[in-house]
Amino acid sequence: MINPRPGSYLLGGIRRLGAVTVFFVRLLLRCVPSLSRPRLLIMQVYNAGARSLIIIMLAGLFVGMVLGLQGYDLLQRFGSEEALGTAAALGLLRELAPVITALLFAGRAGTALASEIGLMRATDQLTAMEIMAVDPLGYVAAPRFLGGVIAMPLLTAIFSMIGLFGAQLVGVQLMRVDRGVFWSQTQGSVDLHDVSEGMVKSVVFGIACSLIAVYEGYHAEPTAAGVGLATTRTVVASSVIVLLFDYVLTAAFL
Amino acid sequence: MQSNRTLEIGTGLFVLLGFAALLFLTTQLPASGLKLGGQKAGYYVTAQFDNIGDLKVGSPVTMSGVRVGEVAGIHFDSRIYKAVVRMRIDPQYNEIPDDSFASIQTEGLLGGKYVGISPGGLDTYLKDGSRIDMTQSAIVLETLINKFFASFASKGTGDTEQSTDKEPRK
Repeated sequence: MINPRPGSYLLGGIRRLGAVTVFFVRLLLRCVPSLSRPRLLIMQVYNAGARSLIIIMLAGLFVGMVLGLQGYDLLQRFGSEEALGTAAALGLLRELAPVITALLFAGRAGTALASEIGLMRATDQLTAMEIMAVDPLGYVAAPRFLGGVIAMPLLTAIFSMIGLFGAQLVGVQLMRVDRGVFWSQTQGSVDLHDVSEGMVKSVVFGIACSLIAVYEGYHAEPTAAGVGLATTRTVVASSVIVLLFDYVLTAAFL
Repeated sequence: MQSNRTLEIGTGLFVLLGFAALLFLTTQLPASGLKLGGQKAGYYVTAQFDNIGDLKVGSPVTMSGVRVGEVAGIHFDSRIYKAVVRMRIDPQYNEIPDDSFASIQTEGLLGGKYVGISPGGLDTYLKDGSRIDMTQSAIVLETLINKFFASFASKGTGDTEQSTDKEPRK
């Protein structure tokens, strides 16, 4: 549908935002009833969380190790390489773990969600459910949404922990920063506030990524190209929203 | 129902791991959290300092620059108005003379603090529960700068600068 008027793009954007919001509210209303089928929820936590575990752990380890290397190189110029633990822990907890986990989640689990629901739409499975008086929003969308929201903070916590051990591995084992100093400086500077900042971010990102994936899949055009487009839009929209929200949340927490 | 079992086990492991990581981050990372982990081998000695700077639990204890132990505990003794630092010395360094000298030093210009021990000359050695009597406090950079400016001002034109060298702290 090509509309020649330039204002229609703006209007289209506003309309899309409204549609997502309405969808979000409808989804939230279905979330509590969908808890009565815990097996569906467990399955989605498994799909979104447990199956993303390997890539999250691997990414966390390497991000932590790179942080150790770069941080050490930077800090030893000022003769304060014992601040490495602080730098790595704060960087991971507050920024890197929530953001990278969310980006990986959008790529790994978000696309799977969007294409799965999109294909259900394309093969008329959702319509069939409606005919059988099964609410597809409550049966298909809500458990997937909730599964993503539950999985994201846990994945972020795992990312932080593995990343910290990666930084410790490089800093202490390779670069010979004193182990006691590394941990005591870390413990001296990390607050519960820093941990909760990361957790709040990850919950927000979890809601955003899961919502976008489910929405795009649910409203995909019922064709092969439509499902592909929905998948692409999921990744692009999730990434942009995550980075945008990250700035806003960081500004709010500082 | 084989696939159901793996699904439940996988989800269970994932959730367990997630909460374990969360527990680690909330309890082990902040210094206020409770500490797990067993006691390490070694013996404990104490030393009293007027000022420990920002010495922390876990900071190294060194002799001639070699790490021989770590700071195990710090508390303030309100009877003598001094900081009491409890140090764990590794068991293989059991021949440190009783009259050794402990000082708090700084790694690098802005780095963390550590305790340096210089050996004394006695034939009796430190053992569990001993106290190092001779100590030197941490050198606080700001005090040093203040002293420097004070002497600088009195040597120079007059004492007019002495009152202006202290900037209000934020």
